[in-house]
Amino acid sequence: MVTQITSFGRSGLYDWMMQRVSAVVLSLYTVFIIGYLLLNPDLTYDQWSALFEATWMRIFSLMVLLSIGMHSWIGLWSISTDYIKATGARFFFQSLCGLVMFVYIVWGVQVLWGL
Amino acid sequence: MLVSIYRYNPEKDDAPYMQDYEIELPAGKDLMVLDVLNLLKAQDPSISYRRSCREGVCGSDGMNMSGKNGLACITPVSEAVKKGKLVLRPLPGLPVVRDLVVDMGQFYKQYEKIRPFLINDAPAPAIERLQSPEEREKLDGLYECILCACCSTACPSFWWNPDKFVGPSGLLQAYRFLADSRDTATQERLSDLDDPFSVFRCHGIMNCVNVCPKGLNPTKAIGNIRTMLLQRAT
Repeated sequence: MVTQITSFGRSGLYDWMMQRVSAVVLSLYTVFIIGYLLLNPDLTYDQWSALFEATWMRIFSLMVLLSIGMHSWIGLWSISTDYIKATGARFFFQSLCGLVMFVYIVWGVQVLWGL
Repeated sequence: MLVSIYRYNPEKDDAPYMQDYEIELPAGKDLMVLDVLNLLKAQDPSISYRRSCREGVCGSDGMNMSGKNGLACITPVSEAVKKGKLVLRPLPGLPVVRDLVVDMGQFYKQYEKIRPFLINDAPAPAIERLQSPEEREKLDGLYECILCACCSTACPSFWWNPDKFVGPSGLLQAYRFLADSRDTATQERLSDLDDPFSVFRCHGIMNCVNVCPKGLNPTKAIGNIRTMLLQRAT
């Protein structure tokens, strides 16, 4: 058993499952947005903004935002443990990724909810 | 035919280099790569490589032939030659001892980690622990591994983390004991594997399946271990 404290959920199985679950959420959202744009070729600003004001869409978007954070954290953590061998540099890279993801989530909430 | 061989003798060379040899092969015969190496060894006795059974059973002569890992004794030259040239290198990712001989220490350490032996806490019966034909069938495609290391040294996850990721060979063996009806340590075995590296560093690129000289499928075994871990935890 290899001990790790910087991985997302500290268990390999948990990280693996969360990465797959978030991938499903992200693909559903992508398919939905592409489908919506294709079905509404003459999309107006009002229509687009009404879509993002609906509660279900806010829930869906927030779920996607959290999924991006989770998915990219697990992925970038894997990449950093593969390629960055110096502990200091790896920890710095991981901290930077954590910070960027946190900023994106807070900023994304602000944008999507029009706060 | 032109044969290019990776040469490195740590006692004499500062750095590894490729040495070219020209060799006349007997016409009308498709030799195995190991036969070619033996012919070259007669020409230049300083070439070092491992070999033993010369029929794909012992797993000693695993090497990289024109970019693909395999056993030299059962790989025909016609299959390994690319653009009229045969390039022989040691298995990638492991420290080179000399020429085509690698230090397998890290590979064996991972094998040792999965406890590759039957664990059964029940008292031993008078004759043997019985298995039904169906239970025995579950071990097919698992027990045949000869530990040649062709798969693990073809795996980028093993190259980057040979000390943490068990690797395809070790995981195939781990599943061989997880699937064995006579083994009672299933839970402990699974607990030992449930970290972000041991099993989950496999990203399923299937290089292992592509190179296995015995035609085994470590990716499938790794998938089965994941399913067992998932079933236990949900």
